[in-house]
Amino acid sequence: MTDNFKHIQSAHCENGVITKLLRLAGHDYMTEPLAFGLGSGLFYIHLPYIKFNGGPAISFRTMPGRIFKRTCDSLKIEVSSKKFRDEQKAQEYLDNLLAQDIVVGCQVGVFNLTYFPPEYRFHFNAHNLIVYGKENGNYLISDPVMDKVSILSAEELNRVRFAKGMLAPNGHLYFIKKTQPISEELIRKGIERGIKRNVRDMLYIPGKIAGVDGILYTSNKIRTWRNKLGVRKAGHYLGQIIRMQEEIGTGGGGFRFIYAAFLEEAAKYCQNDNLLKISDEFTKSGDLWRQNAVNMAGILRGRSTEQKDFEQIADVMVEIYHIEKNAFKQLKEIEFR
Amino acid sequence: MKKEETPQDKSVLNNISSELYYVKNSDGTYNTSSSTGWNVKQEALDDAWSEIRERVENAKIAVEHGKKSPIFYYMEKNLMDISLLSSYVKFSKIRVWWHLRPSVYKRLNTHIIQRYAKVFSIELDDLNTLK
Repeated sequence: MTDNFKHIQSAHCENGVITKLLRLAGHDYMTEPLAFGLGSGLFYIHLPYIKFNGGPAISFRTMPGRIFKRTCDSLKIEVSSKKFRDEQKAQEYLDNLLAQDIVVGCQVGVFNLTYFPPEYRFHFNAHNLIVYGKENGNYLISDPVMDKVSILSAEELNRVRFAKGMLAPNGHLYFIKKTQPISEELIRKGIERGIKRNVRDMLYIPGKIAGVDGILYTSNKIRTWRNKLGVRKAGHYLGQIIRMQEEIGTGGGGFRFIYAAFLEEAAKYCQNDNLLKISDEFTKSGDLWRQNAVNMAGILRGRSTEQKDFEQIADVMVEIYHIEKNAFKQLKEIEFR
Repeated sequence: MKKEETPQDKSVLNNISSELYYVKNSDGTYNTSSSTGWNVKQEALDDAWSEIRERVENAKIAVEHGKKSPIFYYMEKNLMDISLLSSYVKFSKIRVWWHLRPSVYKRLNTHIIQRYAKVFSIELDDLNTLK
């Protein structure tokens, strides 16, 4: 396994690990957007009251781990996953799997991840990587967001596998246990299910903070930030939104482009041109998110700090809200054969 | 986003890795494209770090003025709060909070301080020098 392992770079870590593991298991049609769509990865949530790194807690995707679970579920692939209390046992378990030539996905925290640039090392615990071998006591790592493979010593790997805090990994590892050939029919069914679940999550989740309504919620908050927090802190909050939206892992525009790419693939599988049209809507939404990031950076850097600049950002978010709401409504109407 | 719009700005990722974007080809289909970084993102990241540096600087002043123990400085420097630090050193939150007081810190035995030093990846003696 060690010699012929081919690293693939992907935009997001979790999708990347699924894609690679499934491909190794013989599902070579698997792509990152397809995995993302089958797992209904697109989401939006703004958690009130909670602060994350001193800014608003916003996420553009579904809970860590969900995409993996849903994708494998819908393709009827059996996965084994395990968490540990004891570092030593966790390492032995991993060594044992590697000795059987099994490629393993691991959840880690990035704060002590040595090959990451220091500026990216925050206490974020839902990062995923692949361990594909052990050589001279060091682990061979394929991190999907990096463009090449890396190496971690046993001590370094244990440290990140047992990072603490929110979503602590507790040595969480997972691998594919059993798989069978998958028919196109099953993929089509998976796509239908993935899309329907995503429609439900974005349109019908109760409350105002999640789904497309969440975008409106953030937009209304932004209008008040300048008066409530002052320009500097408001700028810092907006900076946090930019980072959640664009930081390595999203493929740009808060995952909207990946989702658009998924719909394009889905259109091919299902031979349905309507999906292509809706894909364009998500491209449009992603472009607006990015344009808005430019405006937010303007405030952050003190280039434009009037109330009207905050209003402008909020207005663009309202526009995004309407586009995405409409797009999901159209998705709901799609007839799958 | 079109393929030719993929940002190629300077960023902290340079020399470490590129990153992947999903972009539209000229024929309107999706593809991936490699980027060296984006100014807008870099600015947001710089802002986050300038805020952290400010916090660490304030912590340093507080320790030098005898208002906090060195553990407080290293806690801020490692971007931690009491709750996160407590789960790393495996002391209760209230105990960590107690250790942040200079008068308490002075009386702590090396065994306890060693646990903090290990979490911060520093030598025992470095704890008193605020690097």
